[in-house]
Amino acid sequence: MGQPSVDTIWDWLDQVPDPEIPVISLVDLGIIRDVKWKGDTLQVAVTPTYSGCPATSVINFDIETALRDRGIEKLTLTQQLSPPWTTDWLSDKGRAKLEEYGIAPPSPKGEPDRCPNCGGHNLERTSQFGSTPCKALWRCRDCLEPFDYFKCI
Amino acid sequence: MADQNALFEFLLRMGDNSLILGHRVSEWCGHSPVLEEDIALANTALDLIGQTQFWLGLAGEVEGKGRTADDLAFLRDAWDFRNVLLCELPNGDFGQTLMRQFLYDAWSSIMLGRLMTSSDARVAEIAAKASKEVAYHVERSGDTVVGLGDGTEESHARMQAALDYLWPYVGEMFDSDEVDAAMVKAGIAPDPASLREEYDALVAKVLGQATLTIPTDTFHHKGGRTGYMHTEHLGHLLTQMQWLQRAYPGATW
Repeated sequence: MGQPSVDTIWDWLDQVPDPEIPVISLVDLGIIRDVKWKGDTLQVAVTPTYSGCPATSVINFDIETALRDRGIEKLTLTQQLSPPWTTDWLSDKGRAKLEEYGIAPPSPKGEPDRCPNCGGHNLERTSQFGSTPCKALWRCRDCLEPFDYFKCI
Repeated sequence: MADQNALFEFLLRMGDNSLILGHRVSEWCGHSPVLEEDIALANTALDLIGQTQFWLGLAGEVEGKGRTADDLAFLRDAWDFRNVLLCELPNGDFGQTLMRQFLYDAWSSIMLGRLMTSSDARVAEIAAKASKEVAYHVERSGDTVVGLGDGTEESHARMQAALDYLWPYVGEMFDSDEVDAAMVKAGIAPDPASLREEYDALVAKVLGQATLTIPTDTFHHKGGRTGYMHTEHLGHLLTQMQWLQRAYPGATW
């Protein structure tokens, strides 16, 4: 097998789901910062979402497994802290999938645009902290359902 | 090139503050008054422990003796810790925990903002990462201090008692010594004393909204950041935090 192109690797990584929110991929999440070949070694740079995100080690394991399964033998994973991860890096595809899944995607105004369940605009914040570091708890006063909001950072 | 010993000490101070406070906050996990607060405290603790990994990881690298962040966290004894005393104080009630958190977050948010322009790129990038998380912490701890301070007679009295108890531990965050002088000289970190004015303005604003009175006594406890003398509480905390590595040295999973 010849060396797969960097674009192919990106496609492969786009099929690796986020362990906490499996409807979006690691590429959708924007945490894969660089993919390149150095000689016969593939180098992948990954940035953490939040410093203490417990999914970080699982993510590294999933990347390694996905690439090794496709025949990549020499692989180095590096942690890249700078520039720090921002929700601006979420892909449009990822945003749409989040909403479909019931998580309101991040919005520049710092609060959800609409309820991901009923589309209502009569919303209130329950807590700025949610079930994972990247989410906040919100509630819709129209359909009365609580929902997660992927908060801006 | 900065004095590597001073840089190591500085990084221990940053890392130990977030480690010890993070551990303290994690003690609330499963015990908070309501679920949302439990989740918020656990997330705050998680961020702090995550930041610890960066600070102590870099400390180990700078020291150059092959010690990892885990080695520094789990295999040092009380006298080698460099956190300010404020971080190791017991949680008390929920109000005292949130007051301690606010008094620390206010300092941390200002300190990290300054460190983002550090001459040491490694310090600057950790600060840039951590400051985004701490912005959420200070927003929440500040809001909760206002909510409880300007709340019922009972919650107000408890928050004033928490402030009276914790205030004498605030001053240590602004102490300076030869380590700080070396950091200032190398452009790595600001003189802590230079943060005081901004801190006092922020704290006065929030505590004013909370209808709380800042004590006027200027005495402050010290000895944590220099390692000269910690409170008795740190040792008790370490018996819990380090138990596994003490009982089963080198255990991994």
